[in-house]
Amino acid sequence: MTFTKSLLASTVLMGALATSAYAQTEINWWHAMGGTNGERIDKMAADFNASQSDYVVKPSYKGNYTETMTAAIAAFRAGEQPHLVQVFEVGTATMMAAKGAIYPVEKLMADAGEPFNGDDYLPAVVSYYQTPEGELLSMPFNSSTPVLWYNADALEAAGVEVPGTWEEVDAAAKALVDNGMKCGISFGWQSWVMIENFSAWHDLALGTKENGFAGFDTELTFNNDQVAARLQAVADMQADNKFVYGGRRGDSLPMFTNGECGMWMNSSAYYGSIVGQAKFKFGQTMLPLDKTVADAPQNSIIGGATLWALQGHESDEYKGLAQFLTYLSSPEVQAWWHQETGYVPITKAAAELSKEQGFYESNPGTDTAIKQLSLNTPTANSRGLRFGNFVQIRDVINEEMEALWAGNISAQEALDNAANRGNDLLRKFERSVK
Amino acid sequence: MLKRVHFPASILPYLLVAPQVIVTLIFFIWPASQAVYQSFLIEDAFGLSTEFVWFENFTYLWDDSHYRSSFGRTIFFSACVAFLSMAFALILAGFADRVIRGSTVYRTLLIWPYAVAPVLAGALFLFMFNPTIGIFPFILEKIGYGWNHYLNGGQAMFLVIIAAAWKQVAYNFLFYLAAMQSIPRSITEAAAIDGAGPIRRFATIIFPLISPTTFFLLVINATYAFFETFGIIHAVTQGGPANSTTTLVYKVYNDGFVGLDLGGSAAQSVILMILVIGMTVIQFRFIEKRVQY
Repeated sequence: MTFTKSLLASTVLMGALATSAYAQTEINWWHAMGGTNGERIDKMAADFNASQSDYVVKPSYKGNYTETMTAAIAAFRAGEQPHLVQVFEVGTATMMAAKGAIYPVEKLMADAGEPFNGDDYLPAVVSYYQTPEGELLSMPFNSSTPVLWYNADALEAAGVEVPGTWEEVDAAAKALVDNGMKCGISFGWQSWVMIENFSAWHDLALGTKENGFAGFDTELTFNNDQVAARLQAVADMQADNKFVYGGRRGDSLPMFTNGECGMWMNSSAYYGSIVGQAKFKFGQTMLPLDKTVADAPQNSIIGGATLWALQGHESDEYKGLAQFLTYLSSPEVQAWWHQETGYVPITKAAAELSKEQGFYESNPGTDTAIKQLSLNTPTANSRGLRFGNFVQIRDVINEEMEALWAGNISAQEALDNAANRGNDLLRKFERSVK
Repeated sequence: MLKRVHFPASILPYLLVAPQVIVTLIFFIWPASQAVYQSFLIEDAFGLSTEFVWFENFTYLWDDSHYRSSFGRTIFFSACVAFLSMAFALILAGFADRVIRGSTVYRTLLIWPYAVAPVLAGALFLFMFNPTIGIFPFILEKIGYGWNHYLNGGQAMFLVIIAAAWKQVAYNFLFYLAAMQSIPRSITEAAAIDGAGPIRRFATIIFPLISPTTFFLLVINATYAFFETFGIIHAVTQGGPANSTTTLVYKVYNDGFVGLDLGGSAAQSVILMILVIGMTVIQFRFIEKRVQY
């Protein structure tokens, strides 16, 4: 526990040091983007700071998504919170439940007199972050969706077309392995890709109460026959290396980029990494369809993070923050961010601008994510999900899925265990926010 | 009539111990009491709504089969780490003690790993054993053994044990070597003249004489394996796959900092606190009696 306290103390100290006096009004922005994306964030802030003289936006990197969120919460408890913090999508329910701590973005814009029109944004992106009444709570920033990445050279060598259904994925994987590859397909962020998005793509519910949007008294229902059948089929593909598990998150990326696996399902935002690492012709296509579940795909759901404004600062500072958010969502900034990173643009105007600039023509397949997200009007099942304690629930799902891949339990057992353990966590969350 | 002896009251002794007391209060007693208080609460992450629930966080843990199994796992992990790192250190120290030429070089090289931070030690092993790009899986594949610690819980456990033990060998080596060098040469020389070979000298003279060091290192290594291996586990496996490397300390971190379940996490750290106190008492009461000073 001394460890906990010292971490809290150092976080607070950092916060205190960051708010030293300046003539211009300072706006602190805590984010979780390391490496190249961190440099892009610095550039955005620097460009905004150069465009006007009243406000200075100071971005600071606070570690990965979990660490950034924890740091912001610890800082809030100590009264040293930043104005703006980047929180990943599964933290949405936790943030939303903290009514006294957050400043809904739509309200912030209205209070500051900044123009804001919800219709300018891509529906599949903003619907994840709206209240049931349609108020936008946080500003979408980096959103992506899982796609099917493929090694075009390997598929051609094996003599198969780019697959569109799970049946074809299985056949393609077999052809790749028969042609000498070590693995047919792998994927990362397995809960997000294989359960959350598989369900949305086939219009299946993940939980009751509109996937949690309609209330905290929701229960998980993803342990249905359809998901179980798909996961069991994938587990069975392991027998002849048609599927090889490569770890959580993006740990399996090297398996794709060094040519071990011919196909890989993960976020569209790996575009930048794959461009840099793959020495073969690659492409991205829409997620495969399970013909036994649905005749046509619904739409996929997003992952990534949004920017939350936190309470407890001066109204003048919020005015600057509102201006900065307007700047961030401008078509030029969004189109640039989208084309550099592979994250989807958050506004329709930015998507249009990218098209006009000829980005999709010179980089075929880069519009797959937008196409998937806007395929149909989102239903209650494909709007997204809002479960409390979902960070832990994803851990539980990861654990049970790993037990499935290791052959210890069947897909149905894995999903039943995950749903039961997840429901316990949902009840715990429901109590904590009462 | 009895005459009372009066000593002049002085505040000097109180002043002299004050810094120590203050440090203990601020850095140990206060956080520990906070943890105990927190363990009775169910609270949302931001601290906006709080409910006092007495022992509910503890009964929840009691009913949680995953928490109970992490107990056994932690004990297995700690025993393996302590045994491996002490055994290797003892062997290395035994050899280094006999080296005459260039002994400083050997000793310096053997002590180096101790300067490596746990997270870095974890990262080293992570790269060496990465199923895709690591050197060891590559070699193992040549001899027909498939390595994938992302999937195989036993392999993941093996990996964190090796990484944790490797880092601690240097520290143990230092103490063992110092202990061996403090044994008067005349004793071992006398045994040698009586015809005892190196192994017999080690078993009957050196090992019993360094038993206080072994006891000290046992306490240190057990504590190390229980608490300080967090960085290695965090870097190498993050507790996975399927919880197979989630130790008690890792679970405290994961539930508290990742899951934001502060009450449950605090309850676990209270249990850990009791465990440490118990472990130390047992070690000093029972094991120490068997040590010859």
